Amino acid sequence: MTDMPDTTLTGDPSHDAPADHGDDAAGYYTPGDPIRDTKAPEGPIDERWQTRKFEARLVNPANRRKLDIIIVGTGLAGASAAATLGEAGYNVKSFCYQDSPRRAHSIAAQGGINAAKNYKEDGDSAHRLFYDTVKGGDYRSRESNVYRLAEVSTNIIDQCVAQGVPFAREYGGLLDNRSFGGVQVSRTFYARGQTGQQLLIGAYQAMERQVAAGTVEQFTRHEMLELIVVDGKARGIIARDMVTGEIQTHLADVVVLASGGYGNVFFLSTNAMGSNVTAAWRAHRKGAYMANPCYTQIHPTCIPVTGSHQSKLTLMSESLRNDGRIWVPKKKSDCEKDPREIPEEDRDYYLERIYPSFGNLVPRDIASRAAKNVCDEGRGVGPEVDGVRRGVYLDFSSAIERLGRDGIEEKYDNLFDMYARITGENPYETPMRIYPAVHYVMGGLWVDYDLQSTIPGLFVTGEANFSDHGANRLGASALMQGLADGYFVLPHTIRDYLADGPFEKIQESHPAVVEARQAVEERVTHFLSTNGTRSVDSYHRELGNIMWEYCGMERTEDGLKKAIDLIRTLKDDFWRNVKVLGTADSLNQSLEKAGRVADFMELGELMCIDALNRRESCGGHFRGESQTEDGEALRHDDQFAYVAAWEFAGDGELPVLHKEDLVYTAIEMKQRSYK
Amino acid sequence: MKVTLKIWRQPDAASKGAMHTYELDGVSSDMSFLEMLDVLNEDLIAKGEDPVAFDSDCREGICGMCGLMINGQAHGPEVTTTCQLHMRSFKDGDEIVIEPWRSDAFPVIKDLVVDRSAFDRIIQAGGYISVNTGSAPEAHSVPVPRDDAIRAFNVATCIGCGACVAACPNGSASLFMGAKITHLGELPQGQPERDTRVVGMVAQHDAEGFGGCTNIGECTAACPKEIPLDVISRLNWDLHAALRHGR
Ligand SMILES: Cc1cc2nc3c(=O)[nH]c(=O)nc-3n(C[C@H](O)[C@H](O)[C@H](O)COP(=O)(O)OP(=O)(O)OC[C@H]3O[C@@H](n4cnc5c(N)ncnc54)[C@H](O)[C@@H]3O)c2cc1C
Ligand code: SF4
Ligand code: FES
Repeated sequence: MTDMPDTTLTGDPSHDAPADHGDDAAGYYTPGDPIRDTKAPEGPIDERWQTRKFEARLVNPANRRKLDIIIVGTGLAGASAAATLGEAGYNVKSFCYQDSPRRAHSIAAQGGINAAKNYKEDGDSAHRLFYDTVKGGDYRSRESNVYRLAEVSTNIIDQCVAQGVPFAREYGGLLDNRSFGGVQVSRTFYARGQTGQQLLIGAYQAMERQVAAGTVEQFTRHEMLELIVVDGKARGIIARDMVTGEIQTHLADVVVLASGGYGNVFFLSTNAMGSNVTAAWRAHRKGAYMANPCYTQIHPTCIPVTGSHQSKLTLMSESLRNDGRIWVPKKKSDCEKDPREIPEEDRDYYLERIYPSFGNLVPRDIASRAAKNVCDEGRGVGPEVDGVRRGVYLDFSSAIERLGRDGIEEKYDNLFDMYARITGENPYETPMRIYPAVHYVMGGLWVDYDLQSTIPGLFVTGEANFSDHGANRLGASALMQGLADGYFVLPHTIRDYLADGPFEKIQESHPAVVEARQAVEERVTHFLSTNGTRSVDSYHRELGNIMWEYCGMERTEDGLKKAIDLIRTLKDDFWRNVKVLGTADSLNQSLEKAGRVADFMELGELMCIDALNRRESCGGHFRGESQTEDGEALRHDDQFAYVAAWEFAGDGELPVLHKEDLVYTAIEMKQRSYK
Repeated sequence: MKVTLKIWRQPDAASKGAMHTYELDGVSSDMSFLEMLDVLNEDLIAKGEDPVAFDSDCREGICGMCGLMINGQAHGPEVTTTCQLHMRSFKDGDEIVIEPWRSDAFPVIKDLVVDRSAFDRIIQAGGYISVNTGSAPEAHSVPVPRDDAIRAFNVATCIGCGACVAACPNGSASLFMGAKITHLGELPQGQPERDTRVVGMVAQHDAEGFGGCTNIGECTAACPKEIPLDVISRLNWDLHAALRHGR
């Protein structure tokens, strides 16, 4: 075991004390057999990936052309895989719901991408990145996967630079790095505030090159609505052509889901309007386990909600916390005042007060919860929405004094512009207002070391899987994971599976194919013929409110149980009373949304059950019942050091919980502290 | 506030379209333009009328999915994307005319939704650097002068929205193409394919039915990412060079 000195840890042993309680989720699930990853080789952690790559069987180049791979998703995880597998000579079919692969929501990532290049000679290494990621994830991720991620991170930068990704550079022409998300080394590569865009354009171009070469066929404005499983293996998908409404069957030897995150279960999030869980959820219903669905990351620096018309929330880069100071008035009576008129002594810089050593740079979950707490106390600022002011100030006045307006402009100009455009306020003159918003989900389909789900032949990459971030993701690590999975991991592990192919041809008349297709058609018919009274959006909004209220920043046993009841009632009503106009055989955006919301309802319920089961606080999951005396998250490693992998047992049946024990051989579990 | 909306309605590519008028009350100046349309759609659904189809995804100005002609201007009166336009740019009683992008190369799919797949095909024709996964050299083996990297970045910010085409009287996609040619052409990694890239992309551009560039400059005025007109000079320069090299 190698461990690293770490000044932020107190070694508080209190989490080892067994908590005295029963099973909160009893009656909501059925206990199942344990589950385990069988693919990661034994041996020292830094040799496992080499070993696995060597052991994974090869596919003869002449055979690759005969192997069909379906990839759902063209974000970093999907486009990189499509390009790479296309280059290797496989037959790839790539799907996305947007009108171009380049528009996948990876495009919106701002801050940067981590890689253990150690260009700054500041003591970084694959091992340190591994260590930071496991610790940041609050010891709820699988160590073999995380180590591999850290290991391949350096290749990503080489690949992207060669593709022409215009990363920020220093005067000498070498790549610049910054430190991000409170880590002590500078390992984040960035392209101004548009890193996701530049990385995605790189992957997109690589993929388009393969489209031209004929190895990749792209299906844009196509939505996957069902997975086809034949004899226990994933063998294709049912997709709807969103322009013509045609329901299509696509068969293949293997299916990859790179369909992104499901943060839109909260209705309001920083995700794209179309981000959905449908691809993953349909696979879940067909046998793929869903892991840790309740692990949600709530980002502290987003622009607050302005009213009931709000359709999405916009993230302001985390980097703003490097220079901005967060505060609210000490007195409730000051909350309506012009902030500039509130004197220094009447301001509560609450993060600096509660966390003197990290101050405004505490991790995302801590900053978010603290903002919620001060607003719950009635000290929030900005417009009242539903009777509460949900906003805190992010104030740059002292930074402007220190660095000058020019200095701030140079660093944050595009963010300040964006803020001004959205709010109509000038952040150079008056403090920004921010509030936490749902941003990322660590949960996702369970995968083994090969990124294969519990359905053979179904692989899952990027945000759609659960694998690398435990209960909390570090800033700049999702882009890294998406590209690691797609460029460097999946292409190796998938060949071991494909070495047994091409598999027996299936006909469209096969009962499993017919069943999948009929299920899709029946849903479409149902939505269009219900003729209810409420729009799809109104249901989605209500679901979002329930999730945010009871399964958001703080969760309690009572709240979660209440949420489950509310969701069940809402779901029932939705199926009987939803109103979807238009026809099946044309572009129909209400119909598209109806399918997504139906799946979000089921997911929301499972998230609450998962949160109920996990009576501990870890990373982004905070249970009111599990906190220290001064309100900090309290883990219970003795009871909850497991991945909760949920099996779908049928409509109306209780989900089955399979636990994967988390065993750490290369790192020691500690309680985090940022005081 | 209250606004009068005149919106292009067209059931599908094959049908003829027409302008329809809607009155919308209770619009808040904090709403984004698309949230205003969301509200209209909720009203229409309540009345049993087909909601207006329009594209959007990120709603933060980066994916390039949204794009409407608003009072004859691509993305409306501000230099930004349609999704980042807010109703505070309008006032009570305004009449707002909303149409899809108009271009032969972007056929209407429904209402305000158009088919921009021609852009993907232009990229397929050479808008990339050929480097297979795993074959890249160490990132620091080729330093790139900082200014070159900045210039490349500045034009690599194109979001592929198509406003340049919609704004151009000729329906040319030269700004879009020029942005890509310049992005890759500024970098050492982009040099080996510089000639074939420009020749391939321009040929595809013409085959898709986009018009020629006559330097009017409407494109750059409409571009939400402020891609400058000189990328088109760069495009022409590279094209001539390639032809001189006999490509
Ligand atoms: C605003 C914002 C800023 C961020 N900033 C950072 C950052 O600075 N650094 C960082 O590391 N991470 C960041 N993240 C997180 C990171 O961007 C994402 O986790 C990551 O890009 C997800 O990539 P992906 O390829 O898994 O999915 P996505 O990029 O979301 O792609 C999903 C793909 O799946 C397709 N799809 C989905 N469902 C279907 C279906 N049913 N049928 C067909 N196709 C479907 C979509 O069309 C799309 O192509 C940020 C996230 C957000 C929202
Ligand atoms: S050049 Fe500007 S207007 Fe044209 S597609 Fe790119 S971003 Fe849009
Ligand atoms: S919706 Fe993405 S740019 Fe407007």
